[in-house]
Amino acid sequence: MATRGFSGRPPPKEVAARLPPGQYRTDDFPVLSMGPTPHVDLANWGFTLSNGPKPLASWTWSEFERLPRTKWRGDIHCVTKWSKFDTQWEGVGVDDLFAAAGVTSPPPYALALSYDGYDTNVPVADLTGGRAMIATRFEGAPLPAEHGGPARLLVPHLYFWKSAKWLKGLRFTRKNEAGFWELRGYHIHGDPWREQRYTNDP
Amino acid sequence: MSALPQTPLRWQQAAIERIVPQTPRVVSVFLRTPLGPSEAGQHVDIRLTAPDGYEAQRSYSIASAPGAPELELAIERLEEGEVSPYFHEIAQPGDTFEIRGPIGGHFIWRADDGGPLLLIGGGSGVVPLMAIARHRARVAAKTPALLVYSARTWDEIVYRDELFDLEATDVNFRLVLTTTREARHRAHDYDRRLDRTLLREIMARWRHAPRHAYVCGSNAFVEAVTAALVADGVPAPIVRAERYGGSDPVSGSS
Repeated sequence: MATRGFSGRPPPKEVAARLPPGQYRTDDFPVLSMGPTPHVDLANWGFTLSNGPKPLASWTWSEFERLPRTKWRGDIHCVTKWSKFDTQWEGVGVDDLFAAAGVTSPPPYALALSYDGYDTNVPVADLTGGRAMIATRFEGAPLPAEHGGPARLLVPHLYFWKSAKWLKGLRFTRKNEAGFWELRGYHIHGDPWREQRYTNDP
Repeated sequence: MSALPQTPLRWQQAAIERIVPQTPRVVSVFLRTPLGPSEAGQHVDIRLTAPDGYEAQRSYSIASAPGAPELELAIERLEEGEVSPYFHEIAQPGDTFEIRGPIGGHFIWRADDGGPLLLIGGGSGVVPLMAIARHRARVAAKTPALLVYSARTWDEIVYRDELFDLEATDVNFRLVLTTTREARHRAHDYDRRLDRTLLREIMARWRHAPRHAYVCGSNAFVEAVTAALVADGVPAPIVRAERYGGSDPVSGSS
């Protein structure tokens, strides 16, 4: 039912086609996080891939920088309803990371773990096949701390809370274990094209 | 964390009961809705539909306390906004739109979370803090609380009279205002940016160590305030932040 007197500003067709339902386009890069921004020195930075409690592989910053690099350009979508087009990222593809760790048949789920205690769950199928990276550069420069630097997960086909900032590791889990926002009212999977914003959205 | 809904949050009809100007740029929109009970600090999503079927969604923080008879949103007019001007120029009592929620299980405070409670808001970032302050006054008035509120000018202080009433009648509630583009009106307030030095001075006068801190406002405001708190020894895990997002930023919403 129409809202009396509301006309809105529908975007041009080519923009609308790239916007998942309920989203609007912004040229800003808004910052959202649950608390203060942690500042992690590269000298102390480390990344660990683990299977449950068992570490599989760890990298220091300089070791991580020597892994194969990948680039991605495309649109990102935040559950708070902004979308940003044509963002450019560089980092280490999750496929390459798993290969470097000798992981060939990973368990079905993963938790992304952050330096500030944040975590979020992502099915491994959403991380592999060229669909995700651990990003260390944004628009050609080192990723700023407020956007998740030194390194953040980038899973651009899911709402951006899944792209955990200040990433320190990925932990495989056998079950789909809900993370921080998933325990606080947000959807377990978070596909923007299906508008999976909140718990139990279809 | 909030009890998770067992069923999806469905879109439902909200009807505007009344619209009350709060400041030159903020109106309170009081709604009649079938939504379930909220927690202090949560937000709702709203959806407006144009005659051609085009829809626009936004999130707005709830200003009213849990259990209040009407749901109150406080909406700041953004000059370039697509949705907020509708509530300032067009909407009238009796108009309806869609709403769903309440949403959010992090930036919330419940009576049994206790205190001391530190609330720091910039501009319309005060809105979810107002829900917390109102809830505390109603159910936990013995919990020490300090609201530090930065606005550009005296006239842009949302809920000014209600906050003064609270300050005057509630011995455990402290209010400190700072205006960044105008001289202070009260001797014990401030008229400069809320930086680390000022925050330290305010905290020293309060003489409580917060058990929970809630900071809401623009990203620049939240970044500066949360960094200052942590630098002065407030443990990062007790500091909850909510930052405006998007080019049509919503009052304090995620």
